[in-house]
Amino acid sequence: MDFHHLRAQFPTLEQTLAGYPLCYLDTAATSQKPKQVLNAMARYYENDNANVHRAAHQLSSRATSNYEAVRDNLCQFIKAKQREEIIFTHGTTESINLVAYGLTGQIKSGDLILIDTAAHHANIVPWQELAKRTSAIIKPIPLDSECRLDETAYKLLLQENPAIVALSHVSNALGTLNPVNKFVALAKEVGAITLVDGAQAIAHLDIDVQAIGCDFYVFSGHKMYGPTGVGVLYGRFDSLDTLMPLMTGGEMIKTVSFETTEFNQLPNRLEPGTPPIAEVIGLGAAIDFLNALPREVIAKQEAELLSYLQTQLKQLGDITLYGANTSNIGAVAFNLADEHHQDVGILLDQQGIAVRSGHHCAMPLMQSLGLKGCCRASLGVYTSKEDIDRFIEALASVKEMLL
Amino acid sequence: MSQVSQPSQETFLALKLDSSEILPLFAQASNWQERYRQIMLLGKALPKLDEAFRVESAQVRGCESSAWLYHSEIAGKHYFVADSDARIVKGLIGLLLAACHGKTSAEIARFDIEGYFDMLGLTGQLSPSRTNGLFALAKAIKAFSV
Repeated sequence: MDFHHLRAQFPTLEQTLAGYPLCYLDTAATSQKPKQVLNAMARYYENDNANVHRAAHQLSSRATSNYEAVRDNLCQFIKAKQREEIIFTHGTTESINLVAYGLTGQIKSGDLILIDTAAHHANIVPWQELAKRTSAIIKPIPLDSECRLDETAYKLLLQENPAIVALSHVSNALGTLNPVNKFVALAKEVGAITLVDGAQAIAHLDIDVQAIGCDFYVFSGHKMYGPTGVGVLYGRFDSLDTLMPLMTGGEMIKTVSFETTEFNQLPNRLEPGTPPIAEVIGLGAAIDFLNALPREVIAKQEAELLSYLQTQLKQLGDITLYGANTSNIGAVAFNLADEHHQDVGILLDQQGIAVRSGHHCAMPLMQSLGLKGCCRASLGVYTSKEDIDRFIEALASVKEMLL
Repeated sequence: MSQVSQPSQETFLALKLDSSEILPLFAQASNWQERYRQIMLLGKALPKLDEAFRVESAQVRGCESSAWLYHSEIAGKHYFVADSDARIVKGLIGLLLAACHGKTSAEIARFDIEGYFDMLGLTGQLSPSRTNGLFALAKAIKAFSV
């Protein structure tokens, strides 16, 4: 695989900021997009633009075929059993909300919902709202000293027979890889409904939803080299079929009269209104992009780069790393001595380095680490060793300025 | 428990910022490193806000870091006491106060904040998309002094 050719497919990366070449280390927030994704979306608008699933005309039929082909692609990509198990949403957040709202009628007062202490707010707040509606109880699964989900504590919590277990495949703030296959199996043993947030995993790992065994798996297009505004809710057919629709209206109905309305079948039942058609087409191109890569080679390179990044940060000195395990995926969280993460972020930005500084939408995790926030550097398929070296060099100059 | 709502009048009046001394330092700065060093030095020179005043009600929203702002009008002029837990934000607050502290409503209304930061070589720092909170702080200062 020619790395330079791969990198050249990302037009955004070829720019300088006040004389410094852009060094993009914020892929966990959103990935850059390869030309083939941008081209696919432009082509759709230039040639095929029409609403899907409705008109009898040729344009609509072409748009519908292209749109539905992406559902098939996704079905294969995450190894779902059937295409009706793939629901297009606007992103991970909407996917989780769809599930948390859709389960309302199945949750009773006093039911237990287990969530990940390191979870993104999107995998916390919808469950809190579900708990408010149903008087269910939320308990976080604690972390061990290495910021991993504490298996012993988790097993104890499972003895309380939770109704729902919501996990993250990879933590967005720290990059921790959770043993979801094992944790989902344990949850299934006590009959819990399981959801796995795969937003940070989908671009880095081969996903097999049947091997994971979860009821629901959710992710966003924009973190896997696709466009913003599109996401996926995978659900095992039987689990998905029990969800009460969060939104109702066009597309999701079979018949409507003023007396009664009958909802459509899956997947349409959970896709009300005109979907983000161009974005779904773009997501399809992103899957083609990923499928064309030697993913094992890429995964190995990303792991080596992350390990190099962790080592270089440690060698720089005065750096605290958080939960920097060797098994982590795609991201490293750190602070420079006692300096405010925002000061570090601003001074890195002056040198063209894009990292995230803040609470990473994981305030409960920050509270458990006793932090106001931290910086996070994250990697993608286009990240090079030179990017890491430039970042470390820039951080060394920040250190020189601040300490 | 008695709640202290404002720093004392002496605290407001004690803060002296001379923009004629501060601004040339930025004009002379030849690169971003020097500019940001000056920002941080300015931040360091500003007094630290008492812990008792670092309260949520005084927090300026829109900052990734925490920033607190107090205002007092004394004899027709506007005085400010502000702080942040991030060094650069505190320095940027210092720059804002250098232009607004001890000024009249008319002077503050006339103050062109964007032009001021452009002149300091800090273009772009004031945009609403920045999480440094400067935009929110500038708005708060203007709102206090109408």
